[in-house]
Amino acid sequence: MAVKVRIPTPLQKLTQEKAEVEATAKTIKDLIEALNQSYPGIKERICDEQGNLRRFVNVFLNEEDIRFLGKEKTPLKDGDEVSIVPAIAGG
Amino acid sequence: MGFVKGLKCRECGRTYKAEAIYVCEFCFGSLEVDYDYDALKKKVTRQRIASGPSSLWRYRDLLPLDGEPTVGFYSGFTPLVKADRLANELGIRELYIKDDSVCHPTLSFKDRVVAVALSKAKELGFDTVACASTGNLANAVSAHGAWAGLKRYIFIPYDLEQAKVLGTLVFAPNLIMVRGNYDDVNRLSSEIAAKYHWGFVNINIRPYYAEGSKTFGFEIAEQLGWRTPDHVVCPVASGSLLTKIWKGFKEFEKLGLIDSVKTSLHCAQPEGCSPVADMILSGADAIRPVKPKTIAKSLAIGNPADGYYARDVVAQSGGTAGIASDDEIREGIQLLAQAEGIFTETAGGVTVAVAKKLVEAGKIAKNQSIVIAITGNGLKTQDAVQSSLQKALEIEPSLKSFESKILASVPSGSSIK
Repeated sequence: MAVKVRIPTPLQKLTQEKAEVEATAKTIKDLIEALNQSYPGIKERICDEQGNLRRFVNVFLNEEDIRFLGKEKTPLKDGDEVSIVPAIAGG
Repeated sequence: MGFVKGLKCRECGRTYKAEAIYVCEFCFGSLEVDYDYDALKKKVTRQRIASGPSSLWRYRDLLPLDGEPTVGFYSGFTPLVKADRLANELGIRELYIKDDSVCHPTLSFKDRVVAVALSKAKELGFDTVACASTGNLANAVSAHGAWAGLKRYIFIPYDLEQAKVLGTLVFAPNLIMVRGNYDDVNRLSSEIAAKYHWGFVNINIRPYYAEGSKTFGFEIAEQLGWRTPDHVVCPVASGSLLTKIWKGFKEFEKLGLIDSVKTSLHCAQPEGCSPVADMILSGADAIRPVKPKTIAKSLAIGNPADGYYARDVVAQSGGTAGIASDDEIREGIQLLAQAEGIFTETAGGVTVAVAKKLVEAGKIAKNQSIVIAITGNGLKTQDAVQSSLQKALEIEPSLKSFESKILASVPSGSSIK
């Protein structure tokens, strides 16, 4: 499935400064692997040694937090938009 | 000159220059300001602080500026009210209200963080500032930004209290209502922040902004006569304030300004948005984000960025957590108002209600000292209590009407004289 991925500033050095990239994957987990193929090093930034998303990384599929969907197993379809966003404070 | 060494990742300890960045490139941990504590120890004394201005800037050595502050000259240094009547109600000995419901100029503790954030934003050369807010931050950025002559973009959820919307609009920023909850606003803001070169106070200015909350803790310690209380009960939204009160206490300890800190910090959250309290009470490893549903809108953050750090401070300090229902929040607001003459917003109702519960449950011993953190003003959340208050009595402009309608209805035993 071809999806658009928005890349946060701290990772744009790995994507040649691109803020948005395209990738093909069936699930979020696949997507992280696919991104890592195209932009080596991305996975170790956003995932821990066990391969799970780090606790301060938020991933959104079409504006919804994947922790309200199927977490890393959340399926993707053509045209989906994924955002990787660091945790943000405020109030 | 300041004492800032740079920024440091709270997760992996990597260090960075003190720029407009907020997240570690390697592990996504948040960045925190790191100071030269050896140099601070030589310079900072109780006398030096006490002879400073009556604002949060009396602690400027411990705040992350290189030059002089330029914003928020009158913010902070709010009253620490000895609350004997409320103590009596709760059956405890020594109770204080740290009252930021009267913080200048927008009546919440956000005036502290914004004083620091906008002073830093100006130092970093920004001419435009922005924030995502549940209301109080919107008020503070709009007001302080007007004073500082900065352009402002303020992003809020569409369903905020009218008083918080009006209390932002009056300062004429660009106010943008987003059709979503605060967590949606925050995600959108972070995407905007990645694209536009603005000083986003809770995003790329966050390491500096968050330091402003330490002054809430500094003031508690100084106003108690250079000591910390046995307990602090603190409202939690993102978890930053609770974490920074602790950091403030520990910095004073490190600099030898107070004895060793033996304070327990307790987390207060509303039912309907209690991801941090739930994690503390259940002992879970991970925060489970929630979709908030509460009248305490200033605490309605379902995905709290500093939740893990707040949990760690609570555990390290021997504290616990409590949760208040909407009805308990209303009762908490009225209890504080009727005992101490302080009108707090819904977040304060949560804190008072949770303090009461912790005393009743024996988590706070009755012979110990307690500070309740009151962070905002009740005039901003009037809708929440309107229906639970008694009505005003209406009469004709005559003595007869007064005596027949009012005196006749006063219960016997009450004295009107």
